[in-house]
Amino acid sequence: MSFIVCEALHKTYAGGTEAVKGIDLACEQGEFVVLLGPSGCGKTTTLRMIAGLEIATAGRILMAGVDITGHSPKERDVGFVFQFYALYPHLKIEENIGFPLESMGVGEVDQKKRVGEIVERLGLGELLGRYPRQLSGGDQQRVALARAMVRQPKMYLMDEPLGTLDADLRLEMRELIRAQQLASGVTTLYVTHDQEEAMSLADRVVVMDGGLIRQNAAAVTVYDEPADLFVAHFIGSPGMNFVAGEICDGQFFAEGLSLPVETSVRAGPTKLGIRPEFVTVAKEGGLPASVLMDEYLGSCRNVHLQTACGRMVMRASDETAFVVGTQLRLTWPAERALIFDPASGERL
Amino acid sequence: MDPWLKLEGIVRRFGANEALAGVDLTLGQDEMLLVLGPTGAGKTTLLRTIAGLERPDAGRIEMGGEEVTDWLPAARDVAFVFQQFALYPDWSVRRNLEFPLRAPGRQLPQIEIDERIDWAAGLLRIENLLDRPAAKLSGGEMQRVAIGRAIVRRPRLFLLDEPLTNLDAKLRESLRVEITLLRQVLHIPMIYVTHDQTEALSMGDRVAVLAEGCILQEGTPEDIYRRPVSPMVARQLGQPVINIIAVRREERGWINSAGVQLMPAGQGAGEMLLGIRPEDIATEGGQVPGLIRVVEDAGAVWILLVDWASEAIHIITPKGRHFAPGGEVHPLIDTRRAIFWPR
Repeated sequence: MSFIVCEALHKTYAGGTEAVKGIDLACEQGEFVVLLGPSGCGKTTTLRMIAGLEIATAGRILMAGVDITGHSPKERDVGFVFQFYALYPHLKIEENIGFPLESMGVGEVDQKKRVGEIVERLGLGELLGRYPRQLSGGDQQRVALARAMVRQPKMYLMDEPLGTLDADLRLEMRELIRAQQLASGVTTLYVTHDQEEAMSLADRVVVMDGGLIRQNAAAVTVYDEPADLFVAHFIGSPGMNFVAGEICDGQFFAEGLSLPVETSVRAGPTKLGIRPEFVTVAKEGGLPASVLMDEYLGSCRNVHLQTACGRMVMRASDETAFVVGTQLRLTWPAERALIFDPASGERL
Repeated sequence: MDPWLKLEGIVRRFGANEALAGVDLTLGQDEMLLVLGPTGAGKTTLLRTIAGLERPDAGRIEMGGEEVTDWLPAARDVAFVFQQFALYPDWSVRRNLEFPLRAPGRQLPQIEIDERIDWAAGLLRIENLLDRPAAKLSGGEMQRVAIGRAIVRRPRLFLLDEPLTNLDAKLRESLRVEITLLRQVLHIPMIYVTHDQTEALSMGDRVAVLAEGCILQEGTPEDIYRRPVSPMVARQLGQPVINIIAVRREERGWINSAGVQLMPAGQGAGEMLLGIRPEDIATEGGQVPGLIRVVEDAGAVWILLVDWASEAIHIITPKGRHFAPGGEVHPLIDTRRAIFWPR
């Protein structure tokens, strides 16, 4: 039995906005699931419905087999971590962390013990006597995390907890959150718009768009076998390249380009998808392209190109720069190309 | 050729706190400078001082051969794009774009105003949004309009203060490319401040690394990434962060604190800090085995955390081979890419 089950979950706001359009979702006990998608895709609304902060318009939410759709947030016993730290400014760090226990009526001795354990696990010892305003953003977010963990809830719900932090801190916090979750084994549902964050944290990634789930699978599957054009573009930095063309007699044709494809794919108009790291410069043949821009990234570079089939990106070695305006020809291994239906967007 | 913008010894204090502690900077006529630094480094104060919104406590600023240290912001003719979009929400996009052109003293004929708006809207691909109220735009569209409002003025200098920070990751990625392409058309000098290392490396001709009001290093993106002057600069760039290991030179090679030889002897002597980026360590070819602790899926590559010679190191390696926690690798450092700093 899954720990959390959402059945045909809907949310329509008073103004008529349909934020979530009927989703089915299950999280296993101990699993780290990430809801990923652009602004307005419904990911935060979904999380808030599971937390009990929003009431579902239709559908059911089960926790450990019990229907909790109508339960208050308190009855659900979840630990919430928001993008903004939401610490009590007038309480010291130690009191901030202990506060949830205080309100649960945990005795003083037990309180001290549990706060002490969390403080040690997150390395917050030096901060205990300070006030939130005296802490950096990263430290404030670590305290917020500690406050969610100290309650030992049945589940963590995290809404872009790293959103406001500097890049280097985000990375550090990401590793901390993952390590804590693995150690505690508490089921976690985590919302982000950052696909890189999602890929690195998740046991399973749920890609959402327009209030619907586009794909629900392991990170590696979402990357290598995206369900549709949206997922293929959204996952990866930069996303997948697409070339519009036609399949005929087991060959893909587009603007002078001809590549073999699996014969099982039906003939007709199609979209071919290829990840930037598989695109290379062809010695002969290939798709003519002109260099628009060379983005140096340190460990590699993204070369942006204009072709007759639209813009493409090639991931290249950091060692050689590409001059804007250079003409070259592109190719890629045929077996790395994915085929999509141009009408439905689905991968074939 | 003389630089178009010159900052000499700029100091700006807020009470006892020195937000800028003597900054020297130059910018060419058609150059884009990226200023990289963490929150609180002094990035915004630097831009505000250049724009004339802050008065420096010491130092001088020159633009186009003239000293402007005491000039009012309007006289400097500088455009500012902020992290918050700062559009008039009830106004249409067109009216928002027109606003800077209707400022007192400009007196541009309507035909020129229309022409400039068409030009900016075309460049930023917001033509279809011109009649929409700003409040109805998405975050990405708002920031496009905000950039449009800055460029219609054709300012002498363009200052951008973390313009992409409040946007979704995916949108950031595409606007990063848009701004860089826009720059190829505009030929206006730009200073862009950010805490995002990807933006810093990929967008600028030159990068200045700022910390606590001081510039730690300035150079091309390759200089900063490949030849950082200190571990502090090195740590600001690269994801995951650069591996830094204390080593000493012995006859047989470079030895770490556990007495293991990590690299054959090359140049250098004595006690040093060795910096090696995660992509510059191969998973096989070395003598000393390493134990894989964590395997992270980063899409195109794997990121491994490996216990090796009593050190915890990150390795970036292409997909293709399968790795799992508990597995064994034999890390090999690319000696050409090793960086040494004195301890």
